[in-house]
Amino acid sequence: MSTPILKLRNICKSFGPIDVLNDISLDIRPGEVLCLLGDNGAGKSTLIKTLSGVYTPTSGTMEMDGAPVAFTGPRDASNRGIATVHQFGGTFPLMTIGRSFFVGVEPTKGWGPFKVFDRKRANEIAVKAIRDFGITRIDDGDRLVGGLSGGERQSLAIARAVHFGAKVLILDEPTAALGVKQATHVLRIVNEAKRRGLAVVFITHQVMHAMAVGDHFAVLIRGAIAADFRKGEKTREEITDLMAGGETMADLEAQIDGYRQTHDGHPPQLANAAV
Amino acid sequence: MNSKTASQPLTIAKTPSAPDASGFSIGGLFRRPEAGAFLGLFGVFVFFLVFGSIDFLKPAGAASWLNVAANLGIIAFPIGLLMIAGELDISIGSMIPAGSMTVAIISGYYGLPIWIGIAASLGLGVFVGLVNGFLVVRTNVPSLIVTLGTLFAVAGLVLGLSVLLTGTTSVALKAPELAKFLFGQFVGNTFQVIIFWWLALTALYIFVIHYSPYGNWIFAMGGDKVSARNAGIPTARLTICLFVLSSTSAAFVGMCQAILFNSAQVSAGMSFIFNSIISVVVGGVLLTGGFGSIIGIFFGTITFAVVNQGIYFTTFDRNWSSLIIGVMLLLAVLMNNTFRTMALSYSPKKK
Repeated sequence: MSTPILKLRNICKSFGPIDVLNDISLDIRPGEVLCLLGDNGAGKSTLIKTLSGVYTPTSGTMEMDGAPVAFTGPRDASNRGIATVHQFGGTFPLMTIGRSFFVGVEPTKGWGPFKVFDRKRANEIAVKAIRDFGITRIDDGDRLVGGLSGGERQSLAIARAVHFGAKVLILDEPTAALGVKQATHVLRIVNEAKRRGLAVVFITHQVMHAMAVGDHFAVLIRGAIAADFRKGEKTREEITDLMAGGETMADLEAQIDGYRQTHDGHPPQLANAAV
Repeated sequence: MNSKTASQPLTIAKTPSAPDASGFSIGGLFRRPEAGAFLGLFGVFVFFLVFGSIDFLKPAGAASWLNVAANLGIIAFPIGLLMIAGELDISIGSMIPAGSMTVAIISGYYGLPIWIGIAASLGLGVFVGLVNGFLVVRTNVPSLIVTLGTLFAVAGLVLGLSVLLTGTTSVALKAPELAKFLFGQFVGNTFQVIIFWWLALTALYIFVIHYSPYGNWIFAMGGDKVSARNAGIPTARLTICLFVLSSTSAAFVGMCQAILFNSAQVSAGMSFIFNSIISVVVGGVLLTGGFGSIIGIFFGTITFAVVNQGIYFTTFDRNWSSLIIGVMLLLAVLMNNTFRTMALSYSPKKK
């Protein structure tokens, strides 16, 4: 196992009287995918915002490459190589792929005040970066981003982050709104990023997707880590149970079955209407 | 699959729809933001040639709409850029009279050197732009509301101060030769010199927006402000700059008008608010931001000016011109929507 690039120790975050994160300790290692699982409101997004420098933790320490760090803001975190890709984030629907890829860091040619955006080079680099991730359908950097599929846009955003030297890639529910095939694209790209030695933090509540790429899993329940285990240590059912807040899926199913029995198998509205 | 397509990206990346459009395809032209504006302009020209007369393209006729287009165009560019960036500035409506009254009061009424008047006029533009920009950035109040506020505030200030200082709402201004030559002469007796300012600014804007890296920032900001900020674009500073640009441009136009007509009135310019928005929208800029082009705004402005002035060359009652402008606006928006959808769904080969 490699040494952690990012180490969280006893991170707590509270907003006024509300404790959102409670004593979080995690190791994020290069070449590994850490899956952050949890139901809505479990504190996943607060945790990633802390990782990406949006929030400063109320207490606890963060270490990057062995040295303690305190991010002054998202810019600071991204300069140190922590890139967050939100759903469709970082891509602009009505811009071309080449321009969108280089927003903020445009390649230029020419001299002095006559520096011009080097469209050809931008397009070549952008298309190559995306194709290296296995999205071969993209071959023209002049196409508009909005014309790409959801999976391709997500891939573009990830390729962009990797191209600009991300060491830690935080993916905030990248597969949530995607179809099965599109999600597979994105998962393949996550694997590719891992292969290149990036540390990936993958946030999802689809256990299937997590199982497909994850090496290391952390389940958040009400702001605390309820389980921290490695690949193969738990079954899919166990993980789902954990995510549902400790209540076993079997229990939930039993509740639903019991409900259906008392209502003759009908949903309640229909049963009421019949009476 | 990989080997089959691997050789394509480099050759494809060189093909058309480039801003310089050498070796263009018809399809590529239609996908550009200014496609609608160009077709609109063409249609309007044909319309007035058929129903009007050829006089309309002769120097005297052309001057009538070029003068309108130039005054409007200088303001329409920054308004278009603001719209691309997702903002709106309607305070330009009172910045035009503010600009002309400032130079007229300082240099005409008090007799100070014209350069002081010009500097004060443009300075006022910068100041109002800063106020607009800071208010929008700091408060997150929609820019329509903020600039509606400054529109009335500046209008009131100009009226109040004019009456207080000069006792009248119309001030005469006698500009010296050089200032007159630069800002307020009639070239060939009919063409306002501001036309040349407009053309020069068009070239400058095209360079900055479509060739320099900064243009990219504005489009990114209008596309997705949060992502743009995350990508390291100084969105707040850029927004303030754009507001400064628009109100300074308005002050500049006002100042030129005062020098041209040798006088300034308190109320002149409210029509510019809607006219500039129409020009920009006809020019293919998306109202919600992120899409548009300078050359499109350029065509849109000319289209508007031709419709506005072309009616005088026809036998129609000129009261119909607003109807034509309204219908044209709707047609242009529908057309631009179609072209934008085409641009979005475009893929070079098979789906």
